[in-house]
Amino acid sequence: MTVYILCFVLFLVGLYGLITRRNLIKIAISLSIMEFSIFLMLVLIGYIDNGLMPIVDPGLSAQVYVDPLPQAMVLTAIVIGLATTAMLMAIAIRLYRKYKTFDIREMKNLRG
Amino acid sequence: MDALIPLFVAIPLISAFLIVILGKLVKGFHRFLAPLTLLVLLILAVYEFTGLGKISITYAMGGWTSEGGVPVGIYLVLDGFSVLMLCIINLIGLIALFYSLSYITKYTAESNYFALFCLIIAGMNGVVLSGDLFNLFVFLEVSVISSYALVAFGVGKTELEASFKYQVLGGLASMLILLAIGLIYWKTKTLNIADVRNVLDAGYSKPFYLFVQVLLIAGFGLKAAIIPFHAWLPDAHSSAPSPISAMLSGVLIKAVGIYVLIRLFFNMFVFSYEIALVLTSLGAISMVVGSLLAIKQWDLKRLLAYSSISQVGYVVMAFGMGILLLLRGNNEAAAVLAIGGAIYHMINHAVFKGLLFLNAGAIEHRLNTRNLKEMGGLSKAMPVTSTTSFMASMSISGIPPFNGFFSKLIIVIAAINGRFYLLATLAVVVSIITLAYFLKFQRFAFFNKSTGKALDKIKEVPFAMSFSMIFLAVLCLALSLLALPSVRDSILSPAIDVLMQSDLYFTSTLGL
Repeated sequence: MTVYILCFVLFLVGLYGLITRRNLIKIAISLSIMEFSIFLMLVLIGYIDNGLMPIVDPGLSAQVYVDPLPQAMVLTAIVIGLATTAMLMAIAIRLYRKYKTFDIREMKNLRG
Repeated sequence: MDALIPLFVAIPLISAFLIVILGKLVKGFHRFLAPLTLLVLLILAVYEFTGLGKISITYAMGGWTSEGGVPVGIYLVLDGFSVLMLCIINLIGLIALFYSLSYITKYTAESNYFALFCLIIAGMNGVVLSGDLFNLFVFLEVSVISSYALVAFGVGKTELEASFKYQVLGGLASMLILLAIGLIYWKTKTLNIADVRNVLDAGYSKPFYLFVQVLLIAGFGLKAAIIPFHAWLPDAHSSAPSPISAMLSGVLIKAVGIYVLIRLFFNMFVFSYEIALVLTSLGAISMVVGSLLAIKQWDLKRLLAYSSISQVGYVVMAFGMGILLLLRGNNEAAAVLAIGGAIYHMINHAVFKGLLFLNAGAIEHRLNTRNLKEMGGLSKAMPVTSTTSFMASMSISGIPPFNGFFSKLIIVIAAINGRFYLLATLAVVVSIITLAYFLKFQRFAFFNKSTGKALDKIKEVPFAMSFSMIFLAVLCLALSLLALPSVRDSILSPAIDVLMQSDLYFTSTLGL
């Protein structure tokens, strides 16, 4: 159970950073921290103590395997996370070119 | 027929990549391929719609069907509700794309625009068809990431700022959804929506699933911009190019937000009173607050964006009311009315909000401003835009011959039948407030005295744009026919049945 609580703490660290940081890059990093806390949780869900890697060998019976499905999910989710982060960084660089700063307090064209 | 289902995802994906690869080499390739793709998809959707009736079709990707009653592969499920959404997505997509052919000429990198447009359609079709939770998440990200890029397509200061805000909130929403999917998998050891329902029917711990449901409401609520989660919507929808605003407001927030929320709460989870109460009150709050925020806007597209929040509130409120009535169990007729009204209003909102954003785009195309104070006297200079936007405004505020009146009427009647008198009153009052701010839009844009700009130089927009607007305006009138019982039975009833008989989904999907 401890590992899940630690994952949740990591999630909260990311959320704290997302809310309090004022720098575009740090916001992107906080989002990545949140993402990876969830990836860790997904992998841990599929982990079984003393489990083997999930390659079924017909010769051996009654083996315990770890659950391969969360691993496949995490691999997919990492790729999606990469796309999101790349997109976020591209926009952050464009914003830097327009405003000459990463400070989010300087960017307030949109309100109301 | 079931072999056609993967084509809804495959065709737009293939043409998106073809446009990126060949668009730079062959001149005008994207202008030909992208509308053709959408046309083929629309024909496919209508063909599936006419052939489907009340049955549902399951397609197992790669031939991986079930093993001892437990599904192992990824399922695509086509039933009454999803096929209706497919028709709407591809219809609005085709119209917006046809409109873009003229509109997008003022931007550079046209081929990228059309490629992203095809990707967003592929993602939404995938979300609507998917019968698997994680697959749904993947398609959701495909459509949402391409919408981030499309919001920032103008690469000005406001566009980039709006896109960054949208991405941070959208990323947070995706994380909440992924967390909820992980938790569901932890307890049920399955990701198939129908199979999860099967497992839940055998017994479940309520507090755990309430937590999961709250996570899902927060996640999909952020995507659908229900009121406490709405902060990104006015920025993103007003900064995007107008056809994209029409897509985002008209279809995207419904396909990846409300549709998924409703599908999961009706067909996957067992109804619970608390969640129904949360949905109803969130819907009612966003209905009222969205319309109050819209009144004071002077930026035309911001006004329309806030009105989207308000109209989406109607839909969510009606669905919540439907769940409450089903739980109460003694008034099934009112529940059918509420759910039918919600689906009907969802279709209508896609049509008239799409049309209004296209009108806003037409005005912006000729005047280069979105500020209502700088417009005026356009009714003579742009007759087509003026007439169609008048029809859309009357439709959204619920004036009788148009479709918006009937869907709002059905929702109000359902609320009165179910003895939700407060909600019925609120729905009527909000409708009047909606009329107020759309009359403001009409007066300042089309009927006021001109504010100094040389009006004689302003011409009507090109054919592709005016044709799209006229088509949607005619659709606004034609959709009121759905209120007739015989037409309703053939079009809306299959969708209502899927939601009303919530066990039907998993029995037919798993083939039990």
